[in-house]
Amino acid sequence: MKENNVIEAEELTKEFGAFTAVNAISFEVKKGEIFGFLGANGAGKTTAMKMLIGISKPSSGKAKVAGFDVYAQAESIKKNIGYMSQKFALYDDLTVKENITFFGGIYGLSRARIKEKTKHLIMELGLDGIADQLVGSLPLGWKQKLSFSVSLLHEPKIVFLDEPTGGVDPITRRQFWEMIYKSANQGTTIFVTTHYMDEAEYCDRVSIMVDGRIEALDTPKKLKAQFNVDNMNDVFLKLARG
Amino acid sequence: MGIRVTDISKSYKNVKALKGITFDVKEGELFGLIGPDGAGKTTLFRILTTLLFSDEGEATVAGYDVVLDYKDIRQSVGYMPGKFSLYQDLTVEENLNFFATIFGTTIEENYDLIKDIYIQIEPFKKRRAGQLSGGMKQKLALSCALIHKPKVLFLDEPTTGVDPVSRKEFWEMLKRLQKKGITILVSTPYMDEAALCDRIALIQDGGILEIDTPESIVHKFPKALYNIGANNMYQLIRSLNNYEHLYSVYPFGEFVHYADKRPAFNIADLAQYLDAQGLKSFSIEPTKPTIEDTFMELAKK
Repeated sequence: MKENNVIEAEELTKEFGAFTAVNAISFEVKKGEIFGFLGANGAGKTTAMKMLIGISKPSSGKAKVAGFDVYAQAESIKKNIGYMSQKFALYDDLTVKENITFFGGIYGLSRARIKEKTKHLIMELGLDGIADQLVGSLPLGWKQKLSFSVSLLHEPKIVFLDEPTGGVDPITRRQFWEMIYKSANQGTTIFVTTHYMDEAEYCDRVSIMVDGRIEALDTPKKLKAQFNVDNMNDVFLKLARG
Repeated sequence: MGIRVTDISKSYKNVKALKGITFDVKEGELFGLIGPDGAGKTTLFRILTTLLFSDEGEATVAGYDVVLDYKDIRQSVGYMPGKFSLYQDLTVEENLNFFATIFGTTIEENYDLIKDIYIQIEPFKKRRAGQLSGGMKQKLALSCALIHKPKVLFLDEPTTGVDPVSRKEFWEMLKRLQKKGITILVSTPYMDEAALCDRIALIQDGGILEIDTPESIVHKFPKALYNIGANNMYQLIRSLNNYEHLYSVYPFGEFVHYADKRPAFNIADLAQYLDAQGLKSFSIEPTKPTIEDTFMELAKK
């Protein structure tokens, strides 16, 4: 693995019976990069992501994530990455503090470290007044911001964000992206899926999957030039509609 | 005869979901409720489809009162909830047949109305609904909501989590339905879809921020707006946030949208400031506000 790469995938493939969900995808993601992973519903994004985070074994091909092999070291991958999705984020019936403590424990942080992290996180997110409230009572946007911070508790090299901003209001969506920029700036690699095409433009590079294959991979600027359009939405439409 | 909502309020325990909202949807109009999760959109849909009583206020749908004439409303509206609510263990065809029968009609009788949409899932008519892809589920749900030829169609976030290609197709379907005389109330968190409605209401925290045509809404943005790009997005936003004349800055695609406090804003001043902040290869160009800019502006107040 090249020193500066956090993900390396080569001909990574997943078959379900006769159906090839992910068809020999190859790509690299560099340290500190914001990498957008796009594709239509059913294009194979979720399946590919599951292989990269160590919860689904590939049918063939190679991949390393954060220095670990997806076949032999799936458990190490899980410990060394962050993950958040729109569907599963935090426990609604635990308080803000309890959630942080719980996930800190899961990631093996010491009590002292958890205490320190909790204090820091609550201050940074401006949650002082509601640290003892149940997460279920928070607005979605706050939950998502908290959830992102929790996924970074153990200071992973890379964090996977699966549609982190779905349904979130436009202001909070942008605050969320400012958090993403900040962590990327500090060296954390961001791997993100989204259906908002303006967010695709916030990425350093994006890949677009169509029917299990990566059909395009470049900076948003170059993709727009390549397809001769002025926004990522049109790039997406041209590619996915064939 | 479309929809009339007057001073509707609704609370759950200590949460005020709707705070006295009023608006009309004209017959045959495609009207959008635009707002994030938790704005109160679903509560409003449930009140208008007679599944929930409001605490205060009145509403009529297709001329019927939501409380007194609830039976008539149920006969004359189609409702596609945000959550997939068909029978997962019935096939595509069985689901459609079931809803047709419930409403005392047959698939054949109203096939014309759903043909465009249903034809795309007909090859899978023997498949169980639970095994369909997201896009196909959405088409089946719309077919089921239309099978009794409703006068008014309610669509609660039909495109949430749907990719841009399927979203575009879905909106093309809605436009065709509108041409057939159906009044449509649709909610969405995607601001780009707002531009496709005849009129929109921007809704947040149970209140309506503004109601107008998409073109007029855009004109309500109070400042001149600029696209600013630079080599480092994070640094650019940080620098602009510290700029003394900043009115607002938000990332928009490959640029940020910047508005300045001063009525006579000088691009050269800002360029000098950004240069001093160590930013490279930056650009500052005037741009037009979008519905999203206006929404954020109104939501701040």
